[in-house]
Amino acid sequence: MDSPPPIDTDTVLSVNNLSICYKTRKALVKAVRDVSFTIKRGETLGIVGESGCGKSTVSFGIVDFLGANGLITGGSVLFEGQELVGRSQKELNRLRGDRIAMVYQDPMAALNPTVRMGEQLTEVLTSHRDISLPEAKKQCVAMLKRVHMPDAEQVMDRYTHQLSGGQQQRVVIAMAMLNNPSLLIMDEPTTALDVTVEAAVLDLVEDLKRDFNTGILFISHNLGVVARVSDKVCVMYAGQVVEMGRVTELFKKPCHPYTKGLMRCVPKLGTDKAGSKLHPIPGRVPHPLKRPEDECIFVPRCNYSTDKCVQSWPGLYEVLPDHVSRCFYAEKVLKESLKEKTGNDKKAVSADAEEQPDETLLDVDNLKVYYEQQSKSIRSLFGLDEPQYVKAVDDISMEVAKGKTLGIVGESGCGKSTLVKGIIGLEEITDGDIDFLGVDIALPVDERQIETIQDIQMVFQNPDATLNPAYTVGRQIARPIRRFGTVPKNQAKAEVIRLLQAVRLGASYYDRYPRQLSGGEKQRVGIARALASRPDMVICDEPVSALDVSVQAAVLNLLLEIQKMLGTTLIFIAHDLSVVRFFSDDVAVMYLGQIMEMGPAETIYAPPYHPYTEALLSAVPIPDPEAEQKNIRLSGNVPSALNPPSGCRFHTRCPRRSMLPDNGMICETEVPPWRPVSKGHHILCHIPLDELRKIDSVVSAA
Amino acid sequence: MTSTEQTADTASLPPERTGFFKNLKNGLSVLLSSKTASVGLVIVLFWVIVALFAPLLSPYSPTEQDWRAPNQGPTLKHPLGTDELGRDLWSRLIYGARVVLIVLPISDQVWFPIGTAIWGVIASLLFGASLGLLSGYRGGWMDEIIMRLLDAMMSIPIILLYLIIVTAMGASALNVVIAIAIVGTPGVARLVRSLTLDIRTRDYIRAAETRGESTLYIMFVEILPNAKGPIIIDAMLRVGYAIFAMGTLGFLGLGLPPPSPDWGSMVAKGREFILSGSPWAALWPSIAIASLVVGLNLLADGLREETMRYQ
Repeated sequence: MDSPPPIDTDTVLSVNNLSICYKTRKALVKAVRDVSFTIKRGETLGIVGESGCGKSTVSFGIVDFLGANGLITGGSVLFEGQELVGRSQKELNRLRGDRIAMVYQDPMAALNPTVRMGEQLTEVLTSHRDISLPEAKKQCVAMLKRVHMPDAEQVMDRYTHQLSGGQQQRVVIAMAMLNNPSLLIMDEPTTALDVTVEAAVLDLVEDLKRDFNTGILFISHNLGVVARVSDKVCVMYAGQVVEMGRVTELFKKPCHPYTKGLMRCVPKLGTDKAGSKLHPIPGRVPHPLKRPEDECIFVPRCNYSTDKCVQSWPGLYEVLPDHVSRCFYAEKVLKESLKEKTGNDKKAVSADAEEQPDETLLDVDNLKVYYEQQSKSIRSLFGLDEPQYVKAVDDISMEVAKGKTLGIVGESGCGKSTLVKGIIGLEEITDGDIDFLGVDIALPVDERQIETIQDIQMVFQNPDATLNPAYTVGRQIARPIRRFGTVPKNQAKAEVIRLLQAVRLGASYYDRYPRQLSGGEKQRVGIARALASRPDMVICDEPVSALDVSVQAAVLNLLLEIQKMLGTTLIFIAHDLSVVRFFSDDVAVMYLGQIMEMGPAETIYAPPYHPYTEALLSAVPIPDPEAEQKNIRLSGNVPSALNPPSGCRFHTRCPRRSMLPDNGMICETEVPPWRPVSKGHHILCHIPLDELRKIDSVVSAA
Repeated sequence: MTSTEQTADTASLPPERTGFFKNLKNGLSVLLSSKTASVGLVIVLFWVIVALFAPLLSPYSPTEQDWRAPNQGPTLKHPLGTDELGRDLWSRLIYGARVVLIVLPISDQVWFPIGTAIWGVIASLLFGASLGLLSGYRGGWMDEIIMRLLDAMMSIPIILLYLIIVTAMGASALNVVIAIAIVGTPGVARLVRSLTLDIRTRDYIRAAETRGESTLYIMFVEILPNAKGPIIIDAMLRVGYAIFAMGTLGFLGLGLPPPSPDWGSMVAKGREFILSGSPWAALWPSIAIASLVVGLNLLADGLREETMRYQ
């Protein structure tokens, strides 16, 4: 890509050899180096990469939103043939929001919470165009309808907090599309959303692209999302483009070791731990100050690297038509990718030879966790009102077998976290029994026996909050050892080092502080701390969702290995259905505080499905552009747990109600039966099993 | 697990050197990178050094009277002049600083190290932090009771509160410490409570709870160390207020009993002679109080700015 491509009228954006630096107190930090790409009308370019790879910086660079300390050090940005680099902020202001529109990750931050939607939307039109207010309003309502917003007229009068996350993002997208921009920049627009909402927003993006003929720059860390919406994909690593090509080509024939690594480290929907393995990319993205100029940036993490890679910096090399890779060995990588595609993955179907009767470790019976809702009325001040309850967990029964993994999935707000907090004793239980190894533990944690406390430990979601920043790693792992006296005092340090080694961190980590560790390392220390008391059961609350995919794979592998070694029982919460499928023996699908379907993992992911499970599965973004997936989208929002729907909780959004007589009147009035399907597999639904069995599989991999 | 998974997250980073001197060096480098904090540090250090070495820095005792030379301006013999009893103002000034910053006189013979103002702040930190941690972490009715009581205390004007406490207990250095502690407690408690409310939502607190740790352990071992930054900055400001309060009390005759050198009472005595042409006795201690308070404020502000920048 040495000479800029000829400008034609079809090209909306052409970025050539763009380099961006940030000024810091110490030095000039090179964030983006020599990036080139073009976007045509009606085309979506997806940019993928881990965090810290410069994806967002590129998008900010295009419209010069780099802030006071960022500057473009080279290259050009041609938008509809006009150079943008070097323009004043005033001139750019005229373009931004008019010809170029932007949608960012957090819709809450993009919308002003004190201004009504209508005002925010009309402002976009009136400030860029000579349009009267009533006319602008009419256009805004039309646009809201266009983005499938229910009751568009009323939404104009609402404030941000009166809309759900998905609705907010729709408003932001509507706002972006109002002036019919020729370029739309979307930076992780669905990362903050639930998987079902995400799927709907992605459908919308696809729709809009077709109808408005807009060029879209779509940034995401999620390969599945990019595969779904993009025409072309650009893989970035450490500020450089390492591979770019058409979406089907790139996913089928990855030509750069990094791209290949990214694809191998996410579990595919439908694979499990017995049949396949995750391959994490070793190491991490190098710090911007430690990126060598004259060698391949990926060398430290690459399996293919030779001396040649260290001696000179590889250029972008056209491996296949329209498919470039920044690797000296692109063809070798390509050949191996093709070979792997054809013959593997089927080797390790280890039949469950010894079917031992499972010993039940944890038995939850009709568990209820309610929160009392403080009413603001004066009547309630005098205790005259009926107290209202948020039914976060409502009547859940389940069993966890010793040494097995139970995965819990569900959208946010379905009560999965509250359920495990109840089990571990952090949340007061309203009603029901929890039986752990024959001991009733339906008590808050400070009333439990110390042995029970020791036996159930937890791994947390947020790596930045899981460790106390004030103490060294060694001290934090040693604390449970000392508290529960698992080893004599004088051997505590040796035990900590043994644990550190078990989670693949060396003894050198003993004296480090959490701030010196990366996210993945912190999560490992969190796991070591949970294991330090030698628990029988470890509850993992989204342990990998905040990590980059390459690190995520390593942590998942570690958990699997530890489970195999110690026979620990795991409860694994995640919102990523592929990860849960990969990781769990049994899966429970939760919706609004109840379990909709539960059973061995393979039965959950194959028909017969609960209608909710079916909808969830059809929403999962699959990193394979050729996979066929059913398109079932849930309408409406998750109802409030304060006043859950009568009968079946899912009836307000259920896409399969029409399978019942009277369009499922029974769903609104009667609680559905807990139907056994096969051994250990139950579905909570009125629809007869024979009908459910007729439904096809959601995903058919190409 | 295969060798490729021997995670090279393990980028070999040497373990950070720890220890007192390392911490001191880090702290100083943060301080010196802010101009505001550096100026504050110089002022405060000046007073600390002068107070620490007071006996070496002046040939006179603070109570030694010279009848032949009352109310003099600065001379070679007395660099800052003398007061109405002919006592050397420089030595009274630096011995006054000693009481504020270096020693806490209990009686004529007995004294504790560390000055009156600082003891007062330490005591208010002790009470305030405990109450703040308790009400922030436990919440509920405990929080309501503690905070409403402290609110009630805060509603009394500070000067009035000082006067009530000291007049009730009598004027002595120890009672001044108690007064500073009582007056400072509600403010510290509020600060610590708000910090606690934030910190207690972190996962490491959940982790401690799942280990079944006691409330006291969680409060003092898990939460408090993470709140120390803002508490230290607040404490510096509070030492400034305490010095101001000591000055006020001394001025009103409720500070240290005469003839001990006390900046507030020096101003009060010297005030009578301003119009008769000897403003020195009132001027120097006023400047001393003002500069020390301003110095501490600069130090705290600079430090806050600098630490905020790193977050």
